[in-house]
Amino acid sequence: MTDFFLYSTVLLTIIIAVPMVRVVKGPTVYDRLMGTNAIASKTIVLICLIGYMFDRIDMFLDITLAYAILGFIGTMAIAKFISTQSVEENT
Amino acid sequence: MTEVQITASIVLVLSGIFFMFVGSLGVIRMPDFYSRTHAVSTSDTLGILLVIIGLIIYEGATINSLKLILIVLFVALSNPIGTHALARAAYRRGVKPLLNGPDIKNRGDK
Repeated sequence: MTDFFLYSTVLLTIIIAVPMVRVVKGPTVYDRLMGTNAIASKTIVLICLIGYMFDRIDMFLDITLAYAILGFIGTMAIAKFISTQSVEENT
Repeated sequence: MTEVQITASIVLVLSGIFFMFVGSLGVIRMPDFYSRTHAVSTSDTLGILLVIIGLIIYEGATINSLKLILIVLFVALSNPIGTHALARAAYRRGVKPLLNGPDIKNRGDK
């Protein structure tokens, strides 16, 4: 079962690297922020799978909860920030 | 830990990884900002929930599965709210949806 968690962790790492394309070439700042949001929400699952892979899930679950809350608050703060900027800076 | 438990958790984790892969493809393949938010919000949330529910079934009834249930509730609330706030900020700053693209024009109807 540890091998299964190892292989699914490797597969999920490859999947997480895919929205980085949208972060690099996104036309507006909203596309880039949405790509980072997608990466952050998938990293929650990645940390859980790493915890099962190392058999230390009791430690990694607290890291996962803290990371989920930080990612949500960061997304909301940046969305609030860029909605009060001027239109010409949104490139 | 029985065989049924292990099989159910493997099936749920693999199907969740498939849905997250579909969401990643939608982020880089969709033509518009709002359709990309659709890919991020729905597919990614379903994938994350399936994987963590598979981990809950693998764990059994312990204190760790209670924390995993907390993560499920938080993700099911926070991920659509974050995407909705982002789409609302983009709409208020004037990002236009792609309502009249080249594919619709070439079809010949007005």
